[in-house]
Amino acid sequence: MSAPGNFPIPKRGPGIWQPKIQGIVCNWCSYAGADLAGGGRIQYPPDVRIVRVMCTGRIDALFVLKAFADGADGVLVSGCHFGDCHYLEGNYKAAKRMFMVKRLLKSIGLDDRRFRMTFVSASEGAKWGAVITDVVKTINELGPSPLAEFNKKN
Amino acid sequence: MMTEKKATTKKAPSKKEDTKKVAPVKQEVKKAAAPAATKAAPAAAPAKAVSTTPEGESRIGVFICHCGTNIAGSMDIEAVQEASKKIPHVAYVDNYKYMCSMPGQTVINKAVHEHKLTGVVVAACTPRLHEPTFRTATKDSGLNPFRFEMANIRDQNSWVHMHDREGSTDKAIDAIKIAVAKAALLQDLHPKSVPVEKAAMVVGAGVAGMQAALDLNAAGIKTYLIESDMSIGGRMSQLDKTFPTLDCSQCILTPKMVDVGRAENIELMTWSEVHEVEGYIGNFDVTIRKKARGVMTPKEAEAKGIVGGGCNGCGDCENVCPVVKPNEFEIGMKPRKAIYINHPQVVPLIYTIDFNSCVKCGLCVTACGPEKRAIDLEMKDEFIKVKVGTVILATGYDIFPIENKQEWGYKRYENVITSLEFERLICASGPTGGHLVRPSDGETPKRVAFVLCAGSRDNTGIGKPYCSRFCCMYSLKHAHQIIEKIPGCVPYLFYMDIRSFGKMYEEFYYRIQDEGAKFIRGRVANILEDPKTKNLHVYTDDTLLNRPIDVEVDLVVLAAAIQPKADTNRTRKLFGVSCSMDGWLLEAHPKLNPCGTTTAGVFLAGACQGPKDIPDTVASAEGAASAASIPIHMGAVELEPYFAMCIEEKCAGCGMCVNLCPYSALALVEKNGRQVMQVTEAKCKGCGTCGGFCPGGAIWMQHFTTPQICAQIDAFLLGGEQ
Repeated sequence: MSAPGNFPIPKRGPGIWQPKIQGIVCNWCSYAGADLAGGGRIQYPPDVRIVRVMCTGRIDALFVLKAFADGADGVLVSGCHFGDCHYLEGNYKAAKRMFMVKRLLKSIGLDDRRFRMTFVSASEGAKWGAVITDVVKTINELGPSPLAEFNKKN
Repeated sequence: MMTEKKATTKKAPSKKEDTKKVAPVKQEVKKAAAPAATKAAPAAAPAKAVSTTPEGESRIGVFICHCGTNIAGSMDIEAVQEASKKIPHVAYVDNYKYMCSMPGQTVINKAVHEHKLTGVVVAACTPRLHEPTFRTATKDSGLNPFRFEMANIRDQNSWVHMHDREGSTDKAIDAIKIAVAKAALLQDLHPKSVPVEKAAMVVGAGVAGMQAALDLNAAGIKTYLIESDMSIGGRMSQLDKTFPTLDCSQCILTPKMVDVGRAENIELMTWSEVHEVEGYIGNFDVTIRKKARGVMTPKEAEAKGIVGGGCNGCGDCENVCPVVKPNEFEIGMKPRKAIYINHPQVVPLIYTIDFNSCVKCGLCVTACGPEKRAIDLEMKDEFIKVKVGTVILATGYDIFPIENKQEWGYKRYENVITSLEFERLICASGPTGGHLVRPSDGETPKRVAFVLCAGSRDNTGIGKPYCSRFCCMYSLKHAHQIIEKIPGCVPYLFYMDIRSFGKMYEEFYYRIQDEGAKFIRGRVANILEDPKTKNLHVYTDDTLLNRPIDVEVDLVVLAAAIQPKADTNRTRKLFGVSCSMDGWLLEAHPKLNPCGTTTAGVFLAGACQGPKDIPDTVASAEGAASAASIPIHMGAVELEPYFAMCIEEKCAGCGMCVNLCPYSALALVEKNGRQVMQVTEAKCKGCGTCGGFCPGGAIWMQHFTTPQICAQIDAFLLGGEQ
């Protein structure tokens, strides 16, 4: 079965793996862009769960690592475009940190495609839909996080 | 439940400790009803009483909204309700058709009392729409308004997963888990009340900025009106007539310009730009760059001790100036000198030197004479600091560079002009004294083509995708003007649709049809010039006759699209205002808050927000002025209390955060013999950049605390256990 929006609706049920993707987004750009996607009824897969913060600058690198440690198959951080931050430059500082996280993930052997930082403005509803569709597609291709497997055994 | 609880304390003992240390339970805060009571010295931040969840259990009420069928149509509300009951801390779950309605809010109120709830979660639309509504409802039911958390199950769920009922239901349950996890850790917060400076600023002095400034002036508010050009009036002062009434644009505008010049409360600053902005609603510190204009006003001259001096607009300097340049106001169709005024009716009537072309020969200084001594060729830019409570942006629009649409030959063929050039040519004060002529030979045209949607409604990527809204109407007006002024002249309007949507606009359209204008429905494919006669051939498909046609005309007028003023991007960034994809400034809500922006205290007026005709522009300016005067008349505003606080026991005094803060709100101070960070609350805007970095976890971001965010992540990934 497929829905308008270029992505299939997957089969669900006990024993069928569903990607768990943690999104952490800023209030002013990406969260607003996600709301705009809603207003525009832009369809995308439902696998990303959003935590709202005021600015991506608030996002501690440890939040991302915590999400992975908790078994997230992917993490998405999304904020304003460079130069457009509601708080002047929080997104620059976040981006620096997130680059570091990406490097760290690589060096500990976790595929760094599981973690992504994107920039979606308050007027980019369609882009938000495309970003989520792509993130979910990537995670579906990568399969369950190896860390999630550790959690199961515990 | 019990086992879960134990697990909680085991897993994150340090987090719980943080909560206790930073925010000791102090019941006194509740007694001190007035939030103003928290106006203590900023230094006292961490010690300041912020009551936290009492040692007792958090009891959260979950309220699920159907939003008619907006939410209920895409997910299984019953299943969401049943699942919500099993979430830790949840003491009560209910659903209602419209939670935001009065009866819906009563449901919350009743449940808070009956079930002794300590926090409220509403699963509905988006906090960006209804957080204020439900905070008020939470407050009305006796809880602190910040004990409310919203789960977004409409804009980011039911509306975007309309065909995936199962996925949508699962996502809603997780969203509620996430919200409950945060609600369980929410604390009482008290908004900080700050005084509002009794002054406003309007950036841009076109008709929007002028109207806004006049309204603020009438309301008794000191207003700084900043204009980057030498004169106020903006685009409207370049127009000849206005549709559909055919009022003379100058006749209705110049009295307003004079009023602005005279108004008691308006401080007019032309040839000036906003240079730097600091502060927040109620207290914006704005630095204005007063560009060197080389000529002193009588006031400035007097300040320099030249009594009775300064520019009086006599124009003696202009007569002697040897430099000749094209006049931008006349779109290059008339010459000007290096010392010049745009047009005779400028306000303020002060000459300006274009230092890019001035050769500093000094002839103007001599002509000005020893009494006025108005000219100072060595003048430098000045920086002036003002403090204002609210700001209105009215930066206006520019004409899209229509030469980019090469098929229409603008700037290649002499007889292809834009509608703004047409306005100047047909205007009695314009370069030709109101005689419409062909640029190639000065002849009066007998056949004129108007190309509508020139660059508007264009999906090729070269033009603009939007409708510029007033081109149809002014083209109708142009057609009327040439029929009226040039006997026997035929206007041809090449259009896609005639959008005559305003009051008396459609009637005006009928009138122009009756007057004999030819309407051809079809987008112009190509314009070619006859090299001998310089006449133009307009090629298009007449979609009503369904055949290609070629019309030979003497003059082509392109109704060019409009785009935001060139400097808009720089200005908006200074004020932290977002823009849409086309660069137009973004309003807080397109329908319910069209004049506001996401930066509190900054408002929008006129075409900087999107294409608007004059009536809409003036209406929006009056709206913005009214909105901007509210905080000033209130005298104080409440700021969301999302401040950073320092957990002094944990702070190592490394000072990394001090440099990270974009607002210089943090500083290192000596306390008990060691360095710790201290927050100046008035400067902190609550972005949390410091809190996201602090290596020791010593920064407590109110309402977005580390334990709260971690609990949210856990709630989703570990299923509600914290």
